[in-house]
Amino acid sequence: MLVIRRDLVDAMVAHARRDHPDEACGVVAGPEGSDRPERMIEMINAERSPTFYRFDSTEQLRVWRAMDAADEEPVVIYHSHTATEAYPSRTDVSYASEPNAHYVLVSTRDPHEYELRSYRIVDGVVTEEPVEVVESYMFAHTGGDDIPDLG
Amino acid sequence: MAVNVSIPTILRSHTGGQKSVQADGSTVAEVINDLDARHSGLKDRLVKDGGLHRFVNVYVNDEDVRFVGGLEATVSDGDSLTILPAVAGGMR
Repeated sequence: MLVIRRDLVDAMVAHARRDHPDEACGVVAGPEGSDRPERMIEMINAERSPTFYRFDSTEQLRVWRAMDAADEEPVVIYHSHTATEAYPSRTDVSYASEPNAHYVLVSTRDPHEYELRSYRIVDGVVTEEPVEVVESYMFAHTGGDDIPDLG
Repeated sequence: MAVNVSIPTILRSHTGGQKSVQADGSTVAEVINDLDARHSGLKDRLVKDGGLHRFVNVYVNDEDVRFVGGLEATVSDGDSLTILPAVAGGMR
């Protein structure tokens, strides 16, 4: 299960809407081993394409080093599908290489309703998981003591 | 030429869980060959059809080697080589 704060969900959806019709992508970092997404980082889609995304490799190195230095890991890796459902494509599966990450897909094909779903992708096997959106992690079962970023 | 190689989570099964390992070589290709000699199976995850596998990014210090000669990019003593999984996908 993915337990995630509402402000992070809203921010991912806003990013996907802003970049529509191109695919948007990014990560939500969290403390290593916590499974708690906390810090969202919008990434450049180096492909600037409605059908494909790729993290810019130079930006990725900078972001991954910053996570490493802060003892964080990519808890969520998200991207949008702008014309299809929020389900991993064959290409998504072939590239998925963070066994600990939740792969979140946001579909913006409907201009009014978004679809957000989460998956584990390990060794090419896709497993959908429930998403629990919470106001803060304080009362969620993650055991975290985080509160929403206000303002 | 000894370089420090940073290994991503997905490949640590080849290095006994180690996040970073040492290897020798004066080009990226030589470093990868030496890595494979020490940690069997790594080369297949990094190289395909004589080029860098599209699923990985390899950096010498801060430079993506795809921009500086690919597998023939030179490395110097004390350089760091970082391997990251490429993050990509799309609707098709």
